[in-house]
Amino acid sequence: MTNQQIIERIDRSIAEEFEIDPEEMKPEKTLFQDLGLDSLDIVDLVIVLETAFRFKIREEEGIRNIRTLGDIHAFVLQKKNELESNPR
Amino acid sequence: MPLKRVVITGMGAISPFGRGVDILMNALLRGESGVRILPELADIRGIRTRVAALVPGVDPGEIPRKYRRSMSAMSVFAALAAGDAIAQGGLSGEQVRGGRFGVSIGSTIGSPRTTQAFFDDFRTDNSVERMKSGVFFQIMNHSCAANVAHMFGITGRTVAPAAACSTGSLAVGYGAEMISMGKQDFMLCGGADEFHPLTAATFDIMNAASTRFNESPGKTPRPFDRDRDGVVCAEGSGILLLESLDSALRRNAGILAEIVGFASTSDPESIANPNAANIAHCMRQALLDAGIGPEGIDYVNAHATGTELGDIAESEAIRSIFGDRVPTSSLKGNLGHAMAASGSIELEASVEMMRRETLLPTHNLDHVDPLCASVTHVRKVTPRRVDTVMKNNFALGGVNSSLIIRRFRQ
Repeated sequence: MTNQQIIERIDRSIAEEFEIDPEEMKPEKTLFQDLGLDSLDIVDLVIVLETAFRFKIREEEGIRNIRTLGDIHAFVLQKKNELESNPR
Repeated sequence: MPLKRVVITGMGAISPFGRGVDILMNALLRGESGVRILPELADIRGIRTRVAALVPGVDPGEIPRKYRRSMSAMSVFAALAAGDAIAQGGLSGEQVRGGRFGVSIGSTIGSPRTTQAFFDDFRTDNSVERMKSGVFFQIMNHSCAANVAHMFGITGRTVAPAAACSTGSLAVGYGAEMISMGKQDFMLCGGADEFHPLTAATFDIMNAASTRFNESPGKTPRPFDRDRDGVVCAEGSGILLLESLDSALRRNAGILAEIVGFASTSDPESIANPNAANIAHCMRQALLDAGIGPEGIDYVNAHATGTELGDIAESEAIRSIFGDRVPTSSLKGNLGHAMAASGSIELEASVEMMRRETLLPTHNLDHVDPLCASVTHVRKVTPRRVDTVMKNNFALGGVNSSLIIRRFRQ
């Protein structure tokens, strides 16, 4: 899966789960203010990403720093890279 | 402390006939049945009933995702019905959020569908890692009440009475008492339930579910009929907007009816079987609460679910108080038994019967069981002005309830 495919998969999964207009899925959009998510949604967002990419991220410190959709893209890409270079 | 008078100023119904009180009434007036064959019941080992009355074609999409994510089907039904009740009541969002507005809405249990989905997933690998945040809010006992309060920004009391088949009536009765005591000015009241095979099985294992009409669903249930063979489970929600008469008059609201009496009594004889004397006790307590005698009641809307024992016990209780003077019918022949929602949906239809000066008959009552023959059954749509109506509900667990409503007069 290329980075672009990963990003598209992230955007599609989040848009479907939270019923967001795909046109809104821009990297600079903030999750809370721009996309209308809240703390309960973040619980579900983690599950959506874990299911889509078959990894575990709930305990990752990096999640706390996510503010924008672009932050999610970067977080997931980094996690995928880590897993590919250190497969368990 | 003088008690306040309590009136109904809005109603919303989600029934096996669809959304709306008018749709409900039109179907009842036409003598339609909401009961259908449910093929998936055939795939469940040990269950013998194959019919149910499900809500058709209600679109939850109009509920914003932020509210919908914590709702199962029963909360969706309650929220849509509540919105319709508020709309009929002509209340603004500011009035609903004003702090003197509460919720009294119950269901039999929290969402059985969500509970099953959780445990189906949980049991695959003993993991909660896929548990979404909305699960608890759908399976908690006050799911419908809390979801309605949340969606409409209600800041008064939230209570969620639960007493199986009496839930809807209890919720209305307790809501009316809160207004009567001056604790709240408005209450959204009623019940909601979603169908699950667990509910049908509950009656089936006790030999109280209908099983002989699996190929002819419109012929069951058959309250008071000699060929009745049990309950048909249904789903839906009936939500009524109650408010103090002072409030309704002040804002010139359309008053649909007044709630003048309510009683709930426990039946310790049996946790499952109804008892005529205890049912009669409940009905008498409601008359006392209303301050009227039996002669003051013009029509009884019976609980009568179509079970062998329940219909006989209720008939005996009605006869013991009213003799054969008061016309009586049950709407479960059309609607099935919507459990927690049955009382409030049937109460709404009773309000409409009063307003339309028309009594609805018991559907499928072709041959009155001699043991139920001591009361006067409404056998066809009957033009008749009635001013005071008693609404009965009796629940598994031994919780009885009777409400009395009256045509409003100053």
